[in-house]
Amino acid sequence: MYLQNLSNLRKIMKISTTKKNDVLKKIRQLFNHGDRPWNGLIIIMSVIVLVLMLAIGYMLWQQSALSRVKFGWGFLVPTNNPTWDPYNDIFQAWPFIYGTLMTSFVALLLALPISLGIAIFLAELCPAWLRTPLNWLIELLAAIPSVIYGLWGIFIFLPKVVAPIGDALFTAFAAVPVIGPFFAGPIPQSGASRLAASLILAIMIIPTIAAVSRDVFQAIPDSQREAALALGSTEWETIWQVLLPYGLSGILGAIILGLGRALGETMAVTMVIGNSINGSISILKPGYTMASIIANEFAEATSELHTSSLVEIGLILFIITLLLNMLARFLVWSVARKTPSEARA
Amino acid sequence: MTDYNELLRNGVVKRRLLRKSTNVFMLGLTGALTLLALVPLFWIIGYVVYRGGSNINIALFTQMPRPMGVAGGGVLHAIEGSIIVTILATTFAVVPGVLAAFYASRNPNTPLGVALRFSTDVLSGVPSIIVGLFGYALIVKPEKHYSALAGGVALAVIMLPTIIRTTEEMLKLVPSNLREGSLALGAPEWKTSVSVLLPAALNGVITGVLLSVARAAGETAPLLFTTLGNDRFDVGAIVSSGITNHQSIFAIIGRIFNSPIDSLPLTLWKYAQQPYPERVNQAWAVAFVLLVLVLATNIIARVWIELRKRKLRG
Repeated sequence: MYLQNLSNLRKIMKISTTKKNDVLKKIRQLFNHGDRPWNGLIIIMSVIVLVLMLAIGYMLWQQSALSRVKFGWGFLVPTNNPTWDPYNDIFQAWPFIYGTLMTSFVALLLALPISLGIAIFLAELCPAWLRTPLNWLIELLAAIPSVIYGLWGIFIFLPKVVAPIGDALFTAFAAVPVIGPFFAGPIPQSGASRLAASLILAIMIIPTIAAVSRDVFQAIPDSQREAALALGSTEWETIWQVLLPYGLSGILGAIILGLGRALGETMAVTMVIGNSINGSISILKPGYTMASIIANEFAEATSELHTSSLVEIGLILFIITLLLNMLARFLVWSVARKTPSEARA
Repeated sequence: MTDYNELLRNGVVKRRLLRKSTNVFMLGLTGALTLLALVPLFWIIGYVVYRGGSNINIALFTQMPRPMGVAGGGVLHAIEGSIIVTILATTFAVVPGVLAAFYASRNPNTPLGVALRFSTDVLSGVPSIIVGLFGYALIVKPEKHYSALAGGVALAVIMLPTIIRTTEEMLKLVPSNLREGSLALGAPEWKTSVSVLLPAALNGVITGVLLSVARAAGETAPLLFTTLGNDRFDVGAIVSSGITNHQSIFAIIGRIFNSPIDSLPLTLWKYAQQPYPERVNQAWAVAFVLLVLVLATNIIARVWIELRKRKLRG
């Protein structure tokens, strides 16, 4: 009796397990041994990243609707007498656009020769044992949080470096006819000015430009160097007349990446630029940048229109950085494509 | 000899000299410029260590801030806030980042793969203040209050590109015969990814996460209008009041995530602009703590990644 029961039980169990196996098999087939859900999962996550980028653009567009409708293109037009009046709800973005463009441009001008020097030194001249530590040090410069740049800027860099340079520029150039207005001064006692922002930005974008152009130099095939040296050129002539033209578009890409970083830099600039809205074009005067006006006023914006105008400034900034990024990637990519991967150093 | 004089007259020697001296000068100049770029690095680190180190004390890490103008007190609220926001951001960013990197490393040339690479590039180039605006519009505005959650989301957006890129790079370094071996033994793709590729690349993935945490921990701009700042934030008080009111642990955690919160860089930014010398001194001390955290994480991560690369390349 007991044995019979047991065998029955076994039969039932057997049937049920085979049934279960069938179902499992079907599930497995359906899921392709788990690969379908896995692929679905990684595709969903990739799409999330994509959507995130689109969402940022869409959000800026949608939240700035009020200001776009009210002010139209007049919001962006250059003017000598800009209005930024939260009490009467009249806003014009020109002083911030000017501040951003001017500080970034000057920063680029200062950072470019230094970064190129670093890139050439690291890629072409540096002894192997020194290369890794130097690379790291340059990259550490990029890792320092921007508030710390700002703090150091306010208390050390501005009074010790910027103010004397500003005074010197004022005495040297203020009376020169054409460029005089750009050096109208004098620089404020504290040193807080567009010049200060430009100098701090220059320090902050050096690592970006240097690292990317170093990679560009390293991607140039050795045959180029060997050919130039074999023709009797000196090392410098090889670098200047052969390697630099060869990697030019990549270096342009590096410059644009640096520019992108300078345009978007917020905290350090906000802390040193002096935060004042004026129509002056002088580099020695305090000013504002697009990022710093958002940082300073957004949390305390008084009206819907005020908020919306600040978001529109963000939208302009986003569009500029987006375009610059696309251009830079294209340029760097065009160098990489030119160089077959086996030929790389 | 006559030959030499002739050459000299033709200026050949002179030109050769000029070329050689230009060479030496310009090559020396590149070295000098490299040194010049390192000056601010050492100046900043040196000064922060000097000013911050002399203002650091136990109270800074264990006490809440005192009212403005009163000496003493600490930045416990900011330390707690930084930890909470960073944990939130890491939680949000790691899983999507690593999985998207799996996709990118397997399918670099599909339309989605190209779009993914492009959006990673764009996201890493978006100014951090705009990411802050995004966090505001996404979470603060609908919820109608500032919160740690919004800050976590904003920082996660900042972290994502770094995580995707380093993970992808590390997955590409894993030798392809590992993958092929696993597939040949009959393991499905997901099992190969999770139990063969991921462990092989794990060190690199962790490094990428560390690097992105270091970046996120130093960011101020995305937090300005997401977490806002809150110098009365105190985890201890929230937890103890929750316990006395018999709230569940989820309710307590929810309260923490939903309150405006401070962070170290945010505190540093506010203190640096205040006229009270005690606050400025504390700002330097906070800068010191922040710098040590960020640089140490960076250095550890880079050493680790370098060792790993060497090992994988053999």
